Amino acid sequence: MSISSRAVKIAVCVKHVPEGHGRIDPGSKRLDRTGEGALNHFDANAVEEALRLKGDSDSEVVVVSLGPEKAADSLRKALAMGADRAVLVSDDAAAGSDLVATSAILAKALERESADIVLFGQQAADADGAVLWAAVAERLRRPVVSQAAELTLNDDSLRVKRQTEFGYDVIEAPLPAVVAVSDAINEPRYPSLKGIMGAKKKPFETLSLGDVGIDAAQAGDAGSKTEVLALGDPPSRGDARKIEDSGNAAQEIVDFLAEKRIL
Amino acid sequence: MSILVFLEHHGDEVQKGSLGVLGKAATLGDDVSAVLVGGGVRAVAPEAGKYGAKTVYVLEDDSLEPPTPQPRVDVLAKLVQDKGFDTVLFGNSVLAADVAAGLAARLDAGLNWDLVDLTSDFVGKRPALQDSVLVDVGWRSTPRLALFRAGSFDAGKAGGSDPAVEDVSVDLEEHSRGARVVSQEEESSSGPSIEDADVIVAGGRGLGAPENFTLAEELAKALGGAVGATRAVVDAGWYPYSAQIGQTGKVVSPKLYVALGISGAIQHKVGMQSSNVIVAINKDGNAPIFEFCDLGIVGDVHEIVPKLTELVKQRKGS
Ligand SMILES: Cc1cc2nc3c(=O)[nH]c(=O)nc-3n(C[C@H](O)[C@H](O)[C@H](O)COP(=O)(O)OP(=O)(O)OC[C@H]3O[C@@H](n4cnc5c(N)ncnc54)[C@H](O)[C@@H]3O)c2cc1C
Ligand SMILES: Nc1ncnc2c1ncn2[C@@H]1O[C@H](COP(=O)(O)O)[C@@H](O)[C@H]1O
Repeated sequence: MSISSRAVKIAVCVKHVPEGHGRIDPGSKRLDRTGEGALNHFDANAVEEALRLKGDSDSEVVVVSLGPEKAADSLRKALAMGADRAVLVSDDAAAGSDLVATSAILAKALERESADIVLFGQQAADADGAVLWAAVAERLRRPVVSQAAELTLNDDSLRVKRQTEFGYDVIEAPLPAVVAVSDAINEPRYPSLKGIMGAKKKPFETLSLGDVGIDAAQAGDAGSKTEVLALGDPPSRGDARKIEDSGNAAQEIVDFLAEKRIL
Repeated sequence: MSILVFLEHHGDEVQKGSLGVLGKAATLGDDVSAVLVGGGVRAVAPEAGKYGAKTVYVLEDDSLEPPTPQPRVDVLAKLVQDKGFDTVLFGNSVLAADVAAGLAARLDAGLNWDLVDLTSDFVGKRPALQDSVLVDVGWRSTPRLALFRAGSFDAGKAGGSDPAVEDVSVDLEEHSRGARVVSQEEESSSGPSIEDADVIVAGGRGLGAPENFTLAEELAKALGGAVGATRAVVDAGWYPYSAQIGQTGKVVSPKLYVALGISGAIQHKVGMQSSNVIVAINKDGNAPIFEFCDLGIVGDVHEIVPKLTELVKQRKGS
């Protein structure tokens, strides 16, 4: 895999997502974001890919997030992995933004960066949309390639190998471009202690909607074109059994299969 | 109400998933159209009539055959603007998701994704948070865009008549011409067919290394079944694409599905959720797979699977 000789600027969009099982607040019908959160693990792949593309060149990696103030923790983690700089767009008026509003805000934040490459993760673990990059790319008026399982950078273009329903396609796009990576593209590194200490000194900008040039009417609930109407229970699979292995699991599986008349 | 359905084709076949969505659209209203973009699409357009399309818009152009989303955003945006469609429906696929989201941004239109159903008064049904809650979602304005979870509707023919086929043309945006498909590797579906297997033992990244797929193979052999895999391990080159189960792989419904080191992402789930009995082994008790298996074991595949294979052999031998 060739690493570009020219220094490039890479922006990586990362999301701070609730840890463990998410919960929707019945009152606001929004995802409860008050508990513990973490860097969306699919986005760690995007950060890792940016760091790999950078190698030891002069390229710059900037991580960008839209989220509550606590999202700073996830950006710090990306800095600890090795990103150079972080931008957090945080504003009460942005809470509850849907795809139309989120993509408008992120695109504005990204315009300020004019990066050669904008990377996304495969999906947000709390929303499973796997769509945001295409909306952002459209607003930035840049080519987009998603589901990248391999990414190569040439001087003024990039090349992606990606899986479709029929096999593998190789796609090329001129820079600047937007790419969403698959979770199989790499194995994200863990931040080192040195990385964690160093992250505290790296440039970190927190911006309001006004700072990026977004009107409150375009953001949050006011700027959203979709809404959550009601919450209900999904059909259940019935009596699922969950067992912690205490050394006897193999036998328990065999007994279960016998009970189901499969063995 | 007027509905436009995005149809996908591969070779001379319109994809079942998008025809299923078209069939659903036909149950919501009479004014249903479809659109096809690429090479040879005029020839396949009449097929859409059988699923309920009154009009099929075609953009017949070989240069648009490669599956890049942005030219398709241009075509759909023009159709919505010229014809005034108030609803645009998509069946999820690698291509359709990017077309739908690009169109949402272009038109500033609401997109609800991962829907499994839509009512006639436009309430979308979306399982969320690892399918632990079923959310009713709506739109505040038109056009409404909806992306349905793969496999939500069977492609049943509505028995409609020949549709009107209308040519459309569009000037592509500069950025829509950027991405170019330089090669396509069609994967043959040869090899043992996992779709017909009664038992499937599937392996994911939790197996830890490609060579550990022997764990899955030996258990599958003992149970008399076939081996499946997740996209993560297929993309990483651990196992062939022909064994992949899920949204971009195969859809299977064996009597027994054993998931080894698989997290249970939605895109994997849609390929195996209708299996009769699902057994999962995963060392993370919070893994989504535990939400939809019948027996879940929180444990290490490396410890459990060899023992399990031995016990199954003993039992079958006796
Ligand atoms: C458009 C699109 C299409 C997709 N299509 C598909 C598809 O067709 N099929 C598909 O599978 N995916 C598909 N995906 C990818 C999907 O979202 C997941 O990324 C993928 O399924 C994850 O694979 P995995 O479970 O092997 O890996 P991971 O998610 O990494 O899970 C590995 C699991 O193994 C467990 N584990 C680790 N070590 C052990 C151990 N020693 N013992 C037991 N358990 C262990 C971990 O706890 C973890 O839960 C698609 C994604 C997108 C966006
Ligand atoms: N609030 C956010 N801030 C920054 N990036 C985001 C945000 N939400 C989603 N993303 C990015 O978009 C990708 C896809 O998200 P989604 O379409 O919501 O599943 C994620 O993997 C992230 O890279």
